[in-house]
Amino acid sequence: MIIALFRRPFYFAETKEQMYLIGIGSLYLVILTGIFAGQGFALAFSNELADFGAKDYLGRIMTIAIVRELGPVLAALMIAARVAAGITAEIGAMKSSNQLNALLSFGIDPIQKLAVPRLLALIVMVPVLTIFCDVIALFGGYIIAVFLAHVSGTMYFAAVKERLIFGNLFIGILKPIVFSFVIAFIACYKGFYSEGGTKGVGKATTESVVLSSIIILVVNFFITKMASSFLKGYL
Amino acid sequence: MIEIKNVSFSYGDTPVLKNISFNVGSSESVVVMGPSGSGKSTILRLILGLECPQSGEICVDGLNICNLKEKEKQEIRKKIGMVFQDGALFDSMSVWENVGFYLLEHTKLSLEEVGKRAVEMLGFVGLDAKEIMNKLPEQLSGGMQRRVAIGRSLLSTAPKAMLYDEPTTGLDPQSTENVLELIDKLNKERDIATIVVTHEIVDAIGFAGRFIIIIDGQIAFDGSLEELRDSKNLDVLQFLAPFRLSFNEVLKRDFFNYT
Ligand SMILES: Nc1ncnc2c1ncn2[C@@H]1O[C@H](COP(=O)(O)OP(=O)(O)OP(=O)(O)O)[C@@H](O)[C@H]1O
Ligand SMILES: [Mg+2]
Repeated sequence: MIIALFRRPFYFAETKEQMYLIGIGSLYLVILTGIFAGQGFALAFSNELADFGAKDYLGRIMTIAIVRELGPVLAALMIAARVAAGITAEIGAMKSSNQLNALLSFGIDPIQKLAVPRLLALIVMVPVLTIFCDVIALFGGYIIAVFLAHVSGTMYFAAVKERLIFGNLFIGILKPIVFSFVIAFIACYKGFYSEGGTKGVGKATTESVVLSSIIILVVNFFITKMASSFLKGYL
Repeated sequence: MIEIKNVSFSYGDTPVLKNISFNVGSSESVVVMGPSGSGKSTILRLILGLECPQSGEICVDGLNICNLKEKEKQEIRKKIGMVFQDGALFDSMSVWENVGFYLLEHTKLSLEEVGKRAVEMLGFVGLDAKEIMNKLPEQLSGGMQRRVAIGRSLLSTAPKAMLYDEPTTGLDPQSTENVLELIDKLNKERDIATIVVTHEIVDAIGFAGRFIIIIDGQIAFDGSLEELRDSKNLDVLQFLAPFRLSFNEVLKRDFFNYT
């Protein structure tokens, strides 16, 4: 699939369509996730921080937690649930109804035609959606800070800005890019290798969501782990 | 054009084809018959290189398709049109996009031009283009889908071989006749090597020069219509028994026509 990424022909129209489907289609999901996760997180921590008289730190904690961890993971999990399922089901259904063979019979490589556009669309859209999720979640934190925790809005955003440094942003973008590969590979693989008709497609779809979610969490842990040693000076 | 040499093939542990050999010349038209499950569709899949045999080889245009790189396989497949038994239309594309698929993928023709040719082709296979071209395949009847599938495989730049998997099953008599005429015409006018898999022996008699009967994954018969009629092979006789009446009728009719 990686090699296919650089092979001709490149299906531009398909890629654009997938970007639209994945990006616009998942936007509401990511926004809802961001706003509630951000608020919940801020609420939990503002009480805790208040005990130490350290409420002003809320913005810092929020930024680190959301930009580095919560934003990428939550967005990727939501996208995995929605998009991985869709991709596996679509490719699986095409396989079980002989459409993949029909593509082959026209001298077309299904990986090039189906998998590559989806991979590219994910590489672009998962980071974009993650940024959306981050921004919304931080904004959700702001609402809690101002209306419930009685932290001043300027204070909150000053703290947020202070932690928006290279290391955090780098991790915050690297993760979704890696996750997009995870989602695309697993979803396409499960679709192409689904077997046993409609039931098989259903099984493959479930497996695709479960597997990509787990791998996202595992990979997330390792990126965080490695980042804490390689990016020490920047965090 | 197509050479099949000592091919044996099995899906997992189930043997499907056992030591099959036959050639199809570059303007020859061959009908392949046999009971359900005897391996007819499998032969077509092998010719396209969608599966590779465990032993023996399959050469298309002199090249062993299973030894080729993916890119070279694609080039060969572009020269072969295939009508799948279940149609295998792309269900997320409209009817005209299906029919124009080859042109959209492999040529630089404009959308209007492809649309125009698709409409022509739909008319050619006896469909009302205006009515259905913007519909999705699932909105058509089975017989209509089949004709769209045939149109889709015919509308390529210049196929050198056509493989039809039961192109007339489920069609009404008029459409059947149209489709068979079409197959015959393409074969004769454009010198396209043709393999038709069918159950409808009576239909096949009309145009095929040669008949191959596959029984239990083996070639039980390979020869002309006259040889088929005179065959004393028990398996062949048994396979033909249900058709015998209509078969004789057609033969008689044809002989009257010719003499
Ligand atoms: N994907 C597959 N996996 C396992 N076995 C298969 C597969 N496809 C076909 N078979 C088996 O291979 C044998 C031959 O199948 P094939 O489709 O070639 O038959 P056919 O002659 O075309 O039959 P029909 O006239 O019903 O279309 C059958 O016994 C079938 O069970
Ligand atoms: Mg068949």
